[in-house]
Amino acid sequence: MPSSKKNKNLFEGSRKELSYSLLYDMLRIRLIEEGIGDLYPEQDMRCPVHLCIGQEAIPVGVCSSLLKEDIVMGNHRSHGHYLAKGGDLKAMMAEIYGKATGCSKGMGGSMHLVDLSVNFLGTTPIVASIIPVAVGTAFASWMNNENRVTVIFLGRAATEEGVFTESLNFASLKKLPVVFVSEDNLFSVYSPLSERQPSERDNVAIAKAYGIPGARGDGNNVQTVYELAQTAVNHARAHQGPYFLELETYRWREHCGPNFDNDLGYRSENEYQEWKQRCPVGNFEKLLLDTKIIEKSQVEQMRKTILQEFEEAVDFAKSSPFLDPGEIGKNLYKEKDLNPV
Amino acid sequence: MTRKITYGEAVRESTDQCMGSDPSVYIMGLGVPDPKGIFGTTVGLREKYGEKRVLDMPVSENGMTGIAIGSALMGMRPVMTHQRIDFMLLALDQIINNAAKWHYMFGGQMSVPLVIRLLVGQGWGQGPQHSQSLQSIFSHIPGLKVVMPFTPYDAKGLLNSSIQNDNPVIFIEHRWLHGLFGEVPEESYNVPIGRARIAKEGKDITIVSSSYMTLEALKAAGYLINDKIDAEVIDLRSVRPLDEKTIIDSVKKTGRLMVVDGAWRFLSISSEIISIVVENAFSALKVPPCKITFPDFPTPTSWALSNHYYPRAIHIINQAQELFGLPQKNEEESGFPPAGPLDVPDKSFTGPF
Repeated sequence: MPSSKKNKNLFEGSRKELSYSLLYDMLRIRLIEEGIGDLYPEQDMRCPVHLCIGQEAIPVGVCSSLLKEDIVMGNHRSHGHYLAKGGDLKAMMAEIYGKATGCSKGMGGSMHLVDLSVNFLGTTPIVASIIPVAVGTAFASWMNNENRVTVIFLGRAATEEGVFTESLNFASLKKLPVVFVSEDNLFSVYSPLSERQPSERDNVAIAKAYGIPGARGDGNNVQTVYELAQTAVNHARAHQGPYFLELETYRWREHCGPNFDNDLGYRSENEYQEWKQRCPVGNFEKLLLDTKIIEKSQVEQMRKTILQEFEEAVDFAKSSPFLDPGEIGKNLYKEKDLNPV
Repeated sequence: MTRKITYGEAVRESTDQCMGSDPSVYIMGLGVPDPKGIFGTTVGLREKYGEKRVLDMPVSENGMTGIAIGSALMGMRPVMTHQRIDFMLLALDQIINNAAKWHYMFGGQMSVPLVIRLLVGQGWGQGPQHSQSLQSIFSHIPGLKVVMPFTPYDAKGLLNSSIQNDNPVIFIEHRWLHGLFGEVPEESYNVPIGRARIAKEGKDITIVSSSYMTLEALKAAGYLINDKIDAEVIDLRSVRPLDEKTIIDSVKKTGRLMVVDGAWRFLSISSEIISIVVENAFSALKVPPCKITFPDFPTPTSWALSNHYYPRAIHIINQAQELFGLPQKNEEESGFPPAGPLDVPDKSFTGPF
C-alpha cells in the first residue's frame, strides 16, 4: 500500500480551500450513501442501489480536477461520480424513488444517472459497455476541435471485457482527450480478482502497450487521487491523448444493497477492518484537523449542512409524482412522426 | 426522363449529399476509404470530405459502435458500414443495450442519430456466416428502426431519411441490389421511414416482400397475369416501423396474403405480418395466409445447393397457383429456364464476394 503521502498535507496554504472542498465533497457522498442505506429498508426505493461507501476519494479527487464543460460517464456504482461532478441531488433521489422528477424521469433508476447541465452524460450497468461510448464523446470533441476532456469511471472488472481494449486502441490511435479511471475494489460482485485475472496482470502496462501513459495509486487517499488526476487531465487537455489510472480502493457494503455482507464469507473480516483503517473520509478529515486546516466545529457544520440537504432531497423525492402511465411509451423515439402512416 | 444510376451509386450519392449539407455527418467502417469503397458506395468521399469525416476503422465492431454512439450523443451523425451483416453481431451489446435505449432510459434527454449500413450476402459460396438475413432480430428491439430498400430511388431517399433521423436506424442492403439500375433524381429528396410502397397494383392477392425478394415477387406477379391472377405487390421498404395500414388495406381488397421474406421462417417478419393481418382483417381472408421464406437452417456454402435454399419467382408462382387451385408448373414449363448457376444475380457477377 503506498503510504508515502499519508501524513503529509499537500494542500496547505494557498490550497486550503481545495482541501476544504475535497473533504466536504467526500463527506457529502458518504453521508448521502449512508442515508440511502438507512432509508432503503423502507422499501420505497424499489431499484438496485450500489453504494460507494469507502470509495469516495476517487470521484472527488478526479472530478475536482475537471471543468464544468468536461464530460463524465460512469457505471452501476456511480452515485459518487454523479454527485462529485455536480449532479443535482434532488433529481438523483427522485430517480432512485422512481419519480417523474428524477434525473431520468424514473426510466433509469440508480444505475442510469444523468445531469446534462453539468455534462454528466450517463451511467450504465452492463460492465464496460459504456467505455466506448465515453470514448465516442471524446472523439466528437476531437472532431470538433473542442478543448474538453472526458472521464470514464470503470470498475477493474471492466478491463476484462474486450471492449475495454478496443476502446484503448482507438483512443490512442486518434489521441483522444479521454481519461480512463479504473477503480480496483478487488471484487466483481463476489468474485475475487484471483478467480478472474492472472496475478501477473498489470493494467497500467496494458495501457502502455497501447501507447497510453498511466499510473496506479492509492484510491483511498484523496490527495494522491487529485494529483494523479491533475496529471491525467492536463495530459488529455493538452491534446497529448488518453491517460489511464488505476486506483486501489474497497467497498464497505454489499455489492448491491444497503447491508454489510462479510458474514457471507467471500471476504474476511480482517481484510475489511484493514481497509476501514484506510477510510478516505476519516483519514483526510483527521489530517486536516491535525494540520489545523479546519476545526472540529467546521466539520460538524459540514455534516449538518449535508444532512439538511439530504433530508430536503428525500422529502422532494418522496413527495414527487410518478410519471403518468399514459406517457410510458412516449420516449421510445425522438420525433414527431411516431405514427408512420 | 429521369437519370438512371445503380443502387450502389444511389447510396453513394445520398451519403455525399448528406455530408455536403451537414458537417456533423461522418462515415466510418472497415474499408470505407479503400480503393473498392464498400462496393463503390463510398468511393471518392475521403478525397472530398477528408480523413476526419471519412474513416477506416479498427476491426472492433462493438467498440467502434459504442464510439459512434458516444459521438452521436454529442450531436454528430455517424454512418457506420459493415460489408456483411454477420460481423455486426459482435456489436449487439452496443446496438441493443445502448443505441436502442439511450433516449428512453434517460427520460428523452439525449438521442442517438446513428445509421448502421449492413450488407447481406447471397450466393457465390457466402455460406453460413456471410449471408444471414437478420432483420427480424433488429426489428424486435424497441428503439431501433429498420429499413431495407429495394429500388435505387428508395435507397437514396431512405438513406437520406435515415441519416437525418434522430434515432438509430439499421439500413440493410442486399448485395445483389448494388448493380440494379433505376431512376434516381439528382437532387436530394426523402422517402419516409415507415411507409411501404405498392410496387404493382392488383386485386386478387397481396404479395408482401422487401429488399431483394421484391424483385422475385415482381417477376412472379408479371408471370401470374398469364394465369389470370392479378397480384398486388407491396414493397415494405421499412420493417420497423411497419406500414401495417398499407398491408391491411390491400388484404381487405384482395382477400389473399402471401408474404415473401428473405429470411428464416420461424419468428420472422413474415410471421409478424401474418399475425397482424389475422388480428386486423381476419374476415377479409378468403384463404389462409401463407409465407415463402428460407428454410430454417444456415445457408449451405456450395454453389450447387443455392437452388435448394433460396426461394425465387417460381416458388411464389407455384404457391399462388396452389391458392387459386391451378396446376403448378415447373420453371421450364413456366418459361423460366435457368440461365446457369443460380448463385449469382446475373452473369455479370463473377465474384469474389
